[in-house]
Amino acid sequence: MKKMSIDDKLALDLFRTDEEHPHIIVDLDYKDEEEIRKLVLACPAKCYKYDEGIFSFSYLGCLECGTCRVLSRDKIVKEWNHPHGEIGVQYRQG
Amino acid sequence: MSMREPDADVIIVGGGLAGCSAAIVLARAGLTVFLMERGDECGNKNMTGGRLYGHSLEKIIPDFAKEAPIERIVKHEKISLMTEDGSLDIGYQSGKLSSSPENASYTVLRAKFDAWLAEKAMEAGVEVIPGIKVDHIVVEDGKVIGIESDGEEMIANCVILADGVNSLLAQELGMKKELEPNQVAVGAKETIRLSESIINERFGLKENEGTAWLSAGDPTLGGFGGGFIYTNKDTVSIGIVATLSDIGYTDVSVPEMLDRFKEHPSVAPYLEGGEVIEYSGHLVPEEGMAMVPELYRDGVLVTGDAAGLCINLGYTVRGMDFAIESGRLAAEAVLRANEIGDFSANTLSYYETLLKNSFVMKDLDEYKGFPTLLTKRAIFKDLPEMVDDIAAKLFVVDGKPNSGLIMGIVESLAQRTSARELVDFITILLEAF
Ligand SMILES: Cc1cc2nc3c(=O)[nH]c(=O)nc-3n(C[C@H](O)[C@H](O)[C@H](O)COP(=O)(O)OP(=O)(O)OC[C@H]3O[C@@H](n4cnc5c(N)ncnc54)[C@H](O)[C@@H]3O)c2cc1C
Ligand code: SF4
Repeated sequence: MKKMSIDDKLALDLFRTDEEHPHIIVDLDYKDEEEIRKLVLACPAKCYKYDEGIFSFSYLGCLECGTCRVLSRDKIVKEWNHPHGEIGVQYRQG
Repeated sequence: MSMREPDADVIIVGGGLAGCSAAIVLARAGLTVFLMERGDECGNKNMTGGRLYGHSLEKIIPDFAKEAPIERIVKHEKISLMTEDGSLDIGYQSGKLSSSPENASYTVLRAKFDAWLAEKAMEAGVEVIPGIKVDHIVVEDGKVIGIESDGEEMIANCVILADGVNSLLAQELGMKKELEPNQVAVGAKETIRLSESIINERFGLKENEGTAWLSAGDPTLGGFGGGFIYTNKDTVSIGIVATLSDIGYTDVSVPEMLDRFKEHPSVAPYLEGGEVIEYSGHLVPEEGMAMVPELYRDGVLVTGDAAGLCINLGYTVRGMDFAIESGRLAAEAVLRANEIGDFSANTLSYYETLLKNSFVMKDLDEYKGFPTLLTKRAIFKDLPEMVDDIAAKLFVVDGKPNSGLIMGIVESLAQRTSARELVDFITILLEAF
């Protein structure tokens, strides 16, 4: 099978997005690279990116798994909640 | 009980397997039940590997597989120890597998399966309320009396938490601690469409027979975790799980582990020509008994993944049959409380008694040593490499002197493990079983 990028994979999923209410709040000024590295490696949706010293995060595409909350609660992840009812990913297979 | 008039006898939070199971049992007994689910349909927030052991749902809906949207009946088991380019496989197929409804296991896709179970709940009289995220649990005088969503409260005699592995609500109540990285694994999965006939041909299956295939070793590059493949009707579920405390052991990310697994020479041919139709992610509780929270308090019970009721044995993951059983037993305890009109912790403690007498706590107890075993690098790194080495010695004939099976094993062991490590490893194995 041809290799797919994570964006191509996420594009197959159905999302209902709410651009005004992030369900995860992240401290992008966090400096500890080891902490950042864990999230970059662990997030199944690659919502966390670290390119050339720049740390970025987008909650769009989040699969709501909770991994980042468990790994970096009160450090990089300041707030983590489920999105509002009906918002977010909607699996059709599951 | 609160002085406020209840809106329902019982409110259940979470329309997954635990929640729907509890709901059905309660509604059949005549109680009014609200089932709150944040997804806009039950099941569409849920993902699993793929195999449901049927025995516990059988007790609620006998012969459910005849009408439920199951994918296939598991008749073939396969376990692989993988290195980068090798794989030692153990396969088992037998008439003994899935030979009766009580011992049968089925591959399932949760969006479809949970939607069906919620349908059954509605038929039983449950008020299923989707699209609502419960924000808080309402507590009065130390007793749980209801739920709150978007500032609105709903009152009940009792609340059952079936809100899954993250259970923010059990945490809010202080019944459960925050999850720690050694207690959970992250799973990433793709559903890949092939066709029924291609799946049957490639996996050697007849009609609705299915394969459950688990692997350790290369997919996580020696990290704690493994890969899984389950055959559905005309799709294949393929994924990896990786324990969070071990993330960063290598530089390979979770999505890359899945790609590696798909590209592995012993996996890729099965997927050739397939079309990915969905990508999903979810946590799996895997610490066992040590992570089981307080199970009940005045007016509240915790079930399923929210209560950490799940085991990962490497060759199989079981959480769905635990979720269903715990949901049913929570309902039984609530029915008893309802009869005597007392929903205090004292009465609801019957839930724990029921769980302890059931396979749920018995199997969780058996599994006690296993999580320690799963945190031994030996299992995920050394063992697959060693086994690969031994198999290569056995099967590769190149005209050079061949040392024979026993000497080959001794040489491989000697190369890779010190005597001490070996003794440690065997000790852990024995402790676990
Ligand atoms: C990758 C992976 C592979 C697995 N493989 C297997 C396997 O092969 N076999 C097996 O038996 N088990 C397996 N498991 C485990 C199994 O999937 C779980 O144990 C099982 O799904 C738990 O069911 P549950 O009903 O307790 O929780 P869930 O299915 O997670 O249901 C929780 C529900 O609560 C809802 N919810 C959460 N919070 C709120 C809120 N605040 N308000 C309203 N609704 C809310 C959610 O939307 C969800 O519908 C696997 C798990 C993973 C992640
Ligand atoms: S919840 Fe899961 S998918 Fe969402 S950002 Fe965190 S790690 Fe990524």
